[in-house]
Amino acid sequence: MGVGISVEHLNAFYGKTQALFDVNITVLANHATALIGPSGCGKSTFIRCLNRMHETIPEARVDGKVRIGEFSVYNGTSATQLRRRVGMVFQKPNPFPTMSIYDNVGAGLKLNGFHNRKQLDEIVHRSLQSAALWDEVKDQLHKKSGASLSGGQQQRLCIARALAVQPEVLLMDEPCSALDPISTGKIEELIFQLKEQYTIVIVTHNMQQAARVAEFTGFFLLGKMIEFDKTEKIFTNPSDKRTEDYITGRFG
Amino acid sequence: MPDTKSKSAAGGIPPNSVPQASMPPISLRRRFTDRAMTGIAVLTVILVLLPLFAIFTYLIYKGVGSINLAFLTQTPKPVGEPGGGMANAIVGSMVILAIASLLGVPFGIGAGIFLSEYGRNRYGDIVRFVSDVLNGVPSIVVGIVAYGLVVMRQKHFSALAGGVALAIMMVPTIARTTEQMLLLVPQAIREAAYGLGVSRWRTTLSITLRTATSGVITGVMLAFARVAGETAPLLFTAFGNQFWNWKSDQPTAALSLQIFTYAISPFDEWHRQAWAGALVLIILIVGAVTAVRVAVRRGTLAGA
Repeated sequence: MGVGISVEHLNAFYGKTQALFDVNITVLANHATALIGPSGCGKSTFIRCLNRMHETIPEARVDGKVRIGEFSVYNGTSATQLRRRVGMVFQKPNPFPTMSIYDNVGAGLKLNGFHNRKQLDEIVHRSLQSAALWDEVKDQLHKKSGASLSGGQQQRLCIARALAVQPEVLLMDEPCSALDPISTGKIEELIFQLKEQYTIVIVTHNMQQAARVAEFTGFFLLGKMIEFDKTEKIFTNPSDKRTEDYITGRFG
Repeated sequence: MPDTKSKSAAGGIPPNSVPQASMPPISLRRRFTDRAMTGIAVLTVILVLLPLFAIFTYLIYKGVGSINLAFLTQTPKPVGEPGGGMANAIVGSMVILAIASLLGVPFGIGAGIFLSEYGRNRYGDIVRFVSDVLNGVPSIVVGIVAYGLVVMRQKHFSALAGGVALAIMMVPTIARTTEQMLLLVPQAIREAAYGLGVSRWRTTLSITLRTATSGVITGVMLAFARVAGETAPLLFTAFGNQFWNWKSDQPTAALSLQIFTYAISPFDEWHRQAWAGALVLIILIVGAVTAVRVAVRRGTLAGA
């Protein structure tokens, strides 16, 4: 089951440049929450703070409080443990190129020391099914490399890989920006189903996508969270002028 | 060729549907330059490959006649006695190279990992500088170092000392190529692993290094091939031996040493054997490199 996320007074920095300013947000469990905003506004930085991916960049720094379920993200728990509970799907599909499809999906478990072959088979099967990829690859699980799939399939492979470690939260950083409309449609459908089991936070440049998949939407601008509300409200009757300007395309 | 193509493509578009820029035909000068550059490129490739083919053909011509069963199975005969072979040197070379690889490859790859994953700082710069200098140290000097490190302590020459000398020479090449190959692995691949909760060291070994495997192996093979024919560092480390020796702490024969000794001798029979030894050595190197390549390709998946 998914868990909720609460963020209080989050500030993030790259060296001396501040990328996020006092972000506060509460994400409901088992819902999809979309983050929109122009390029460079801090959406990606924000979700990378949720699984401590931000700190893998040299000189990057964070302060503030983030809770994921019962788990305090920046207090005493290791980043690796946290990331097993908070999966991530990236902008560009990034399967492990030298691994087979099966090994790609099983990688998270295997590299964390899980080697029960029978259970692994089952988890790989279930994850690929959840990611709506099973039927397309079931005959080539061990024969084909993850990199040999098409872009859309690769992205679903990456989703399956993230699901295999059985996270509670799934972060998606513009998961469809490198995909054609048909693959995008498949992934959006997938997000709809995944909501039942996971809490999803998705960054997107595509406002229709946000409207289609998410119950809640946050609007970021210049590192600040301008508005956060029900998706319907954001797109029909935003309370902030800047949000309205952005979603109607009158911006800048 | 190119101008006929562009004409037919332009002809396929109905007039006035797309405003056409009238392209002038490709000038004689451009076509000439194109041909000339292609010609130069082909010529340089031939010039680069020519010495290799020349050496190989000449070695076969000079050496193949002296390769026979005795050459491959017997130890050297004393001067004046015909026959004999280099079997002990062939095995000795293999032993020394095995020791060198066992020592040099892990250190080289380890240093390469440090440089690429942890060495984007001053310490890394120091290691890079030292490694480049080490790469330029004359091989005979490396031999002296191994002499001081191993031979002086053991109080006699040995395959181990030869292996150490060659390992020292392998390390910088392997370290720098490994570093370059690991840097080619996109950051996104590492992030994918971090995102699954895989720790950094595990990511480096099981993801980054694995992704760069074929490049890293190329570096290892380069280093291997480079030291396989080295003679100078073995002169006072492995030393050479006229007889069989199966112990790694005893003076050991090596092909390159045997070739050296035989080539500077005044006897025709030894000269012929030196040619044969050179041919065997080059076949061994080509064979080892090919075998590793084939083994790696076997393990690679379709589309990887």
